[in-house]
Amino acid sequence: MIYRRFFNFPESPFAELDGLRRQIDLLAGKSIPAKAGVFPLINLTENNDNYYVRAELPGIKADELDIEAEGNKISISGERKIPSENEKAKYHRIEREAGKFSRIISLQTDIDSDKIDATLKDGILKLTIPKSEKSKPKQITVH
Amino acid sequence: MSDSKDLQAKEKKEVSSPAEQTTPGFVFTPEVDILETEEAITLLADMPGVNSENLDIDLRENTLTLSGVAQPFEAADEEDVLIEYEIGKYYRQFTISEVIDQSKIEALLNDGVLRLTLPKAEKAQPRKISVTTA
Repeated sequence: MIYRRFFNFPESPFAELDGLRRQIDLLAGKSIPAKAGVFPLINLTENNDNYYVRAELPGIKADELDIEAEGNKISISGERKIPSENEKAKYHRIEREAGKFSRIISLQTDIDSDKIDATLKDGILKLTIPKSEKSKPKQITVH
Repeated sequence: MSDSKDLQAKEKKEVSSPAEQTTPGFVFTPEVDILETEEAITLLADMPGVNSENLDIDLRENTLTLSGVAQPFEAADEEDVLIEYEIGKYYRQFTISEVIDQSKIEALLNDGVLRLTLPKAEKAQPRKISVTTA
């Protein structure tokens, strides 16, 4: 079956459907996640007033995070620590990782760096970054 | 030491057999640590975006099932600029060999990390058996 080649030889008919879904997403112009880059992975969205940066940082406390804004650049850095457990414990699996991270995000328009708001909830960091007055879109009313 | 290591970005792993899912969307495998002491088995799982209402933990026979749904983050008026990670459901099953005292299971969800303590039942803890002669 030649069409299988488009979907990287799926293992099951369901994987094929999944592949098809991605193809449709692609055609519909939906954004496709970028390949793994710098930790933490972020999602950046915007509306007329703000940019929103979200990152998954499970197990990180607010005081372990360092967020700085300079010009139109935001830097997020910190360290994920995994507290050591009972010494007698035997590990069956260790998949979670600890370590340092640092990332700088450049935004395309000017921002109001004094009014950035950061919240950390359920392991998700959310930054609300107001756009500067002059870079906000202007509504023009027609008389 | 892990202190000096830099964290590498990883894509979330999707569950390999989507056949068992009945709802559309992504299904990811949460990363877990499992450790065991004489008294209990502790499981730590990273499930960012999941809160206690959307987390389901089920232990049946020897199969432990974790499933959690991360809430969609975007408000209606937001437009995507850069999307590096997807959100969806977390799903993972474990077979637990020791006999667990089901009534004493404790689950704690904090900052997107689930900590599940599964105490071993009395009979699974080591016991000395004295031998008597007739």
